[in-house]
Amino acid sequence: MKFGLLVSEGPYTHQAPDTAYQFAKAALAKGHSIQRVFFYHDGVNNSTKLTEPPQDDRHIVNRWSKLAEEHGIDLVVCVAAALRRGICDENLAKGFRISGLGQLVEAGIQADRLVVFGD
Amino acid sequence: MLHIVNKSPFQTTTLESCLRIARPGSALLLIEDAVYAVAKGNAVEARVRQAAETLEVYALAPDLEARGMKDAAIDGVRLIDYEGFVDLVAAHEPVQSWL
Amino acid sequence: MSNVTGEVEQDTSGAGVVKKFMFVNRKAPYGTVYALEGLEVVLISAAFDQDVSLVFLDDGVYDLVKGQNTKGIEVKNFSPTYRALEGYDIEKLYVERESLAARGLSQDNLIVPVEVLSAAELSELMGQQDVVISF
Repeated sequence: MKFGLLVSEGPYTHQAPDTAYQFAKAALAKGHSIQRVFFYHDGVNNSTKLTEPPQDDRHIVNRWSKLAEEHGIDLVVCVAAALRRGICDENLAKGFRISGLGQLVEAGIQADRLVVFGD
Repeated sequence: MLHIVNKSPFQTTTLESCLRIARPGSALLLIEDAVYAVAKGNAVEARVRQAAETLEVYALAPDLEARGMKDAAIDGVRLIDYEGFVDLVAAHEPVQSWL
Repeated sequence: MSNVTGEVEQDTSGAGVVKKFMFVNRKAPYGTVYALEGLEVVLISAAFDQDVSLVFLDDGVYDLVKGQNTKGIEVKNFSPTYRALEGYDIEKLYVERESLAARGLSQDNLIVPVEVLSAAELSELMGQQDVVISF
């Protein structure tokens, strides 16, 4: 089965990106594929390479980059939401790309299931 | 249909709204702070037990354990892990996350 | 390489697939961004020729209240955009009866014509959808 994920909240402040990540890992472990992870609202903050969380805690941004690299997952950050919040190519972490909201609608069309992780 | 709720029933009215809308036979998955809803002896226990009569009620075990509520769940609620979460999503259409 | 594209991207695979999309709004305007940014998704969805329904539930019904004047809070008033939806062929707007009543509102308070549904009717409609996106 192909899953699309919508992550609507930023790292650390809400558990949403953690839950989404664990869901994605479990889906991949079960042999499913992830069509796209789309980041909207404060979710775009999952894509900034400027985060420096404490060493003894998970590095949410890097985790996404690693997941994308290992499994070829498309991590898409909404351009409008990103511009509002100061995310741009200059501070974008590895594995993410900035694109339009159409990519979210497309994920809804192309994936078998779209799951939303938010507040 | 699968309904997913992630907020404590003491923090917001989200669970109550979900229960108002969810039809018998659908599935309800409680994740993140919503897992407090399935603990024994709280003010919503009766409501959750009632819901479990017509809905399949699930709670995400890692979230219960994280909150020190590992053995606190009432009977009639199925505890699942993230792989179980994936299975639930695969088995139901559509999926509504109550935000 | 990343790319920044602001334009709408057309569906290139699964062409011709029409799914039932329901967008659910449960949050009031201005206190949080969700109603505004949710509306932006709905507008984009119009370009994809999908079967779109927009539902206002709980505090989401406040998004449609007439007479919003945001000068004092210096925030953009986006409520007129709900009137533009019809021009995008997004005409299926639903409000839950119980949510309106609990807030002392009626259809007369709303900025656009909507269909008022009971919880049971809304539940039925929700179950018929392919994709449900909440904001």
